[in-house]
Amino acid sequence: MKILVSIKRVPDPYAKVRLDANGNIDESDFSWVINPFDEIALEEAVRIRESGLTVEIVAVSIGTSEWDTQLKTALAMGADRAILVLDDEPADPGSVSHLLAAVARREQPDLILMGKQATDDDFNQTVQRLAAILDYPQATFASAIQLTPDGRHARVTREVDAGRETLEVALPAVISADLRLNEPRYVALPAIIKARSKPLEQIPASEFGTRRPVGSQTIKMEMPPRRSAGRKVQSIDELVTIIRTATGRN
Amino acid sequence: MGNLLVLAETDGSRSLAGILPLLDFTQKLAEETGDTFDLLLIGGTGIEGAAAALQGYGARHILLAASAELLHPTADKAAAVCEAAMEQTDSRSLIGLASSFGRDVLPRIAAHLDLPMISDVVQVEKTANGLQFQRPMYAGNILATVRMTGDAGVLSVRGTAFGVPQSTETVSEIRPFDVGNVTLPQGTTWVSLEEGDQKRPDLTAATVVVSGGRPLRDAETFERLLGGLADKLGGAVGATRAAVDSEIAPNELQVGQTGKTVAPQLYIAAGVSGSIQHLAGMKDSKVIIAINSDADAPIFEVADYGMVGDLHEILPQLIDKL
Repeated sequence: MKILVSIKRVPDPYAKVRLDANGNIDESDFSWVINPFDEIALEEAVRIRESGLTVEIVAVSIGTSEWDTQLKTALAMGADRAILVLDDEPADPGSVSHLLAAVARREQPDLILMGKQATDDDFNQTVQRLAAILDYPQATFASAIQLTPDGRHARVTREVDAGRETLEVALPAVISADLRLNEPRYVALPAIIKARSKPLEQIPASEFGTRRPVGSQTIKMEMPPRRSAGRKVQSIDELVTIIRTATGRN
Repeated sequence: MGNLLVLAETDGSRSLAGILPLLDFTQKLAEETGDTFDLLLIGGTGIEGAAAALQGYGARHILLAASAELLHPTADKAAAVCEAAMEQTDSRSLIGLASSFGRDVLPRIAAHLDLPMISDVVQVEKTANGLQFQRPMYAGNILATVRMTGDAGVLSVRGTAFGVPQSTETVSEIRPFDVGNVTLPQGTTWVSLEEGDQKRPDLTAATVVVSGGRPLRDAETFERLLGGLADKLGGAVGATRAAVDSEIAPNELQVGQTGKTVAPQLYIAAGVSGSIQHLAGMKDSKVIIAINSDADAPIFEVADYGMVGDLHEILPQLIDKL
């Protein structure tokens, strides 16, 4: 089977984000990584292959030429080949999902695995949009994925507000990874060296037709008002009084 | 002027409170645009009571899409029903909650209808340039002001950012929506739902949240100490990612960037270090109390009141004295 995994390049999610003098995101100190949820999606694809199935894993990114660093990491993690669709425009879920759909139509995967959201823009749209464009079933926020023995369905446990929901989707389908799907492996040096010989194809976005108009526009960005540190409480009795006051239980 | 459709899923009872902030937002939006709005309720049979409870908040019609097939609506089926309802009501825009249901289904509809979508709206404002919306990015560290370039789109709304809608004198007319006329996709089959404990208030709607991390050690201690304190205060229990990952707490209790967003009157964080990702889910709480043995834990930087000490000693005393 063939699994397509999308990879987005994001700033280190544990680093502090600041705005520059013009009110744009200050990228000068950023170190760039694979979106953590995409890493989980890729790890899941590798584990499906390790379970004994014959699987080809294709990693795909929509971004600038700098994104090849993250795609090389994806190859080292276990992708067999990578596709970088070169696009200089700012990534918006509408256009990215259409370009991913174009890649999916060319590659004809049985399964598309993606991270549930990117930790920079936090949109949480691209997965669902891609499933809609391709008219595939979707199972978002997956914490467990099991392929049925006939290889035609996937049984997916999803983390939802009420608890854990299980769905069965007919393949091809789009599934998005949540935090607890797995814990991605560390990439060892031999894998990094071996990955250098794996194919990484670059395709200009223009080859997939005209760009989709972006339907929304960011007018400004600001830092939300910061909470300031309060005071330290020394006794339990004082804490009890504070809790009573805050809950109107005087 | 036109019409907006508001999409909500309901089981007929528990989820009702969550729909109120959505109607509050829609009222504010409709006031700015002069639009009318209809409410589409999707659920299994027996959700008529839910519709009756929502009749006094300004919706022109309440459309009831009640069907056994929609008892646990999957994204593809809910999208098909919602798109048919948008067409029938001549709605150009769609609004829903940024809940696990809304996050799943709304972008699917946006793509089908080729509409832009703004996720996680926390504020709407009318300006000379048209409507502007605020939404958090980068785990809530950046607040972006966004506008649609056209006059139609999809919005997902953070319930915690809005309150109780105004009651109206007019009563919404309830209309059954015939699901039988909609071709429901059959690619997804619902199998089961393992529901969390429901003896406490819904985490996202609770006025008090008692939240804990890995220092709670195990599920039994977590429940005894955090659950015990929450019950004294009529509150809900929340957890950090670390607590859920180590199976001390179930997934539906996770508060943070990728879990639930809460904004209660009082948030008590016990054994929570205060990572960027956790703060994203709770920093809009009115009063924050932090209990942590590490005096340098980042949680103290956002807490109104902090107590440095061992939660295993402090929490039992609080439970005892409250």
